[in-house]
Amino acid sequence: MIDFGFSLSKSSSIKLDEVDLSLYRRLEEVEPGVRICMGCGSCSATCNASKWSGMSVRKVILDLQRGRDMKEMLSCCMLCGKCSMVCPRGINTRHLILSLCRLYESGK
Amino acid sequence: MRERFASGFDPFVLPFLIGMVFVLGYCAVGILRILRQLPREDRKRFLVSLVTPSTALANIRDIFLNCLIHVKLWKRNKLLGFMHSSIAFGWFMIILLGHLEVFIYCPERIHLFYYPIFFNYFVAENESTIGGALLFFLMDFFLLLILTGIVLAMVKRARSRLFGMRRTTRPSFLDTIGLYSLWAIFPLRLLAESFTAHISGGSFLTVPANWVFRQFLGNDLNMLPTWWAYSIALGVFMTVLPFTRYMHIPAEMMLIPMRNAGLRIRHARRGFAKVEVLSCPGCGVCIDACPMSVKKANIKDCTVYLNRQIRRGNEKRIEEISDKCLLCGKCEAVCQVGVEGPRLRVAQRAMRRYAINQDFSAIDTSSLVPEAAGKVLYFAGCMTKLTPSIGKAVCSLMRKAGVDFVWMDEEEGLCCGRPLLTAGRFAQAKELVRKNEEIILASGARTLVLSCPICYKIFSEHYRLPGVRVVHYARFFEELVAQGRLQFEKSDIFYVYHDPCELGRGCGIYDEPRRLLGAAAGITEAPASREESICCGGSLGSLTLGFSQREEMTKAALRKLYESKADAIATACPLCLATFSRYSERPVRDLAQILDARTKQTAR
Repeated sequence: MIDFGFSLSKSSSIKLDEVDLSLYRRLEEVEPGVRICMGCGSCSATCNASKWSGMSVRKVILDLQRGRDMKEMLSCCMLCGKCSMVCPRGINTRHLILSLCRLYESGK
Repeated sequence: MRERFASGFDPFVLPFLIGMVFVLGYCAVGILRILRQLPREDRKRFLVSLVTPSTALANIRDIFLNCLIHVKLWKRNKLLGFMHSSIAFGWFMIILLGHLEVFIYCPERIHLFYYPIFFNYFVAENESTIGGALLFFLMDFFLLLILTGIVLAMVKRARSRLFGMRRTTRPSFLDTIGLYSLWAIFPLRLLAESFTAHISGGSFLTVPANWVFRQFLGNDLNMLPTWWAYSIALGVFMTVLPFTRYMHIPAEMMLIPMRNAGLRIRHARRGFAKVEVLSCPGCGVCIDACPMSVKKANIKDCTVYLNRQIRRGNEKRIEEISDKCLLCGKCEAVCQVGVEGPRLRVAQRAMRRYAINQDFSAIDTSSLVPEAAGKVLYFAGCMTKLTPSIGKAVCSLMRKAGVDFVWMDEEEGLCCGRPLLTAGRFAQAKELVRKNEEIILASGARTLVLSCPICYKIFSEHYRLPGVRVVHYARFFEELVAQGRLQFEKSDIFYVYHDPCELGRGCGIYDEPRRLLGAAAGITEAPASREESICCGGSLGSLTLGFSQREEMTKAALRKLYESKADAIATACPLCLATFSRYSERPVRDLAQILDARTKQTAR
């Protein structure tokens, strides 16, 4: 192998048939708003915690739908509620985050 | 006076006696259990306060004024006040006078529970004295007072609107039994005493009634059954009392000394919280007060129903009700007993366990510390960042007044921690508080100005900032006006000032914003203002209320503000501003914006 000083990143392809959506489904039950997210990213733009943990509700929802881990991002959420104030779809993002924090282990 | 029965006993006293012993036993066990549930230091504090003369006197005074006279209720609604105090105070006086009679005429019977209650059955009048006549007169007088109260209560049950209550609670099955037995007690007492009035004497009520009965009833056969009925009504009432809303009668007598001792809710269900829940009389004043109740479906989420569900142990509903509430605090402001609905809910939220617990320890605050030694620090907070016009106006006003200030979170900042606190996440909120304290103390600032009441509440209650004065801009600007550093030109627009929940009920700041606003514009009052101001519906206190569910609440709050006939709406909270602006038909401005637009250029 020749060292080029960089390497290819691992494939991030997702096999949607194999994804474990149980957590997403459980969240849907307590906060149906998660379904109507259109991924505009307003929440990410206002987030206080993004600087510290890369928090973004948009990404959290996306990762959830793809069965990925998003525990790291949630760890710095201050529940300030800015994301719910700017959401054009009117999603109760604070409740979404709180429910997720609660359901996490049991859903995994 | 002479005793009619040497034994001093008749089986008819048994229902009363059983009920009495049961309710006393129940309360005694309850008191011991609650004392055991209190944290050690709270228990000590409470017991010490009972023997401290000043608090003991305050306890007696408060119990007399609140439990018997219902002073708070009188202030709110004269008719309801009269109804409650006539029953409570009248009943108390009848019991007291009954004991006095026994004490005067047959002191050897004073140890018998039932003697003062059924005095007129057991004792006959053989000579009439002035003292005896006076006692009988007072007995009849207070009985009449109670009966008036009972008649009012019956009217209220049928037509609550006559009493100024739009909606009231639906009584549970046992509540109904308690209610009817309570209503039955006093008419039955009147009947029983009337039937015996020619033997044991009576006064202006019982003697004429006795005369009437004797016109068509030739014998005394009705005497004993009515005394039985009276005793049974008493017995039924006291037996069901612990399981009905009438439990508030003994519970409030416990709540008042506990509150006077300075106890707080530490656990959602135990100790002080338990006494508060039991003290809820279920009157339903909180239903009309609750901003959520504009939607009929939300009525069952008011504090009175929270208390009922806690007593029933319905966990699912308790969780739902606790999470839904906006924590605006109006139910607490109007509550006659002082049940702290918001605190009960937050304590309930705090009991929850989470799989992911936020951790802010990795946040490095050094990059956030502004250079502000000896200066004024302005913290806008998350909500002001979303309503930048407020932040701009506050800064512009400070510049005009020549204040040397630094905007702490102009680029980046942390949340104040209040949203975490209201979500019941105390440890996480505390961590955030510590981080902000680090930043502020490291900046060297002397004064911290806030433009968001949500931040202001937690900053003034939970932050420890030695040497730093924490102040809301309304107070800060008023001082600048007093110093002549800010002057306003009065505009001819009339504003109605909306009290934000967190600033008004939360921090008790009502007059400063009004005075400032009055200096810069015309000002009118809304029908529900100050302590009774209606939440805008945008509150972060609610965890589960979605965007669309809040719309109706905001519109209802706006309708109340429109009633003042003002041209525009003024408020002093970025969240109220954002929420009202969404639906308001009239312009909505923050106080800072109005002030900034009306400053007079001074010589400076």
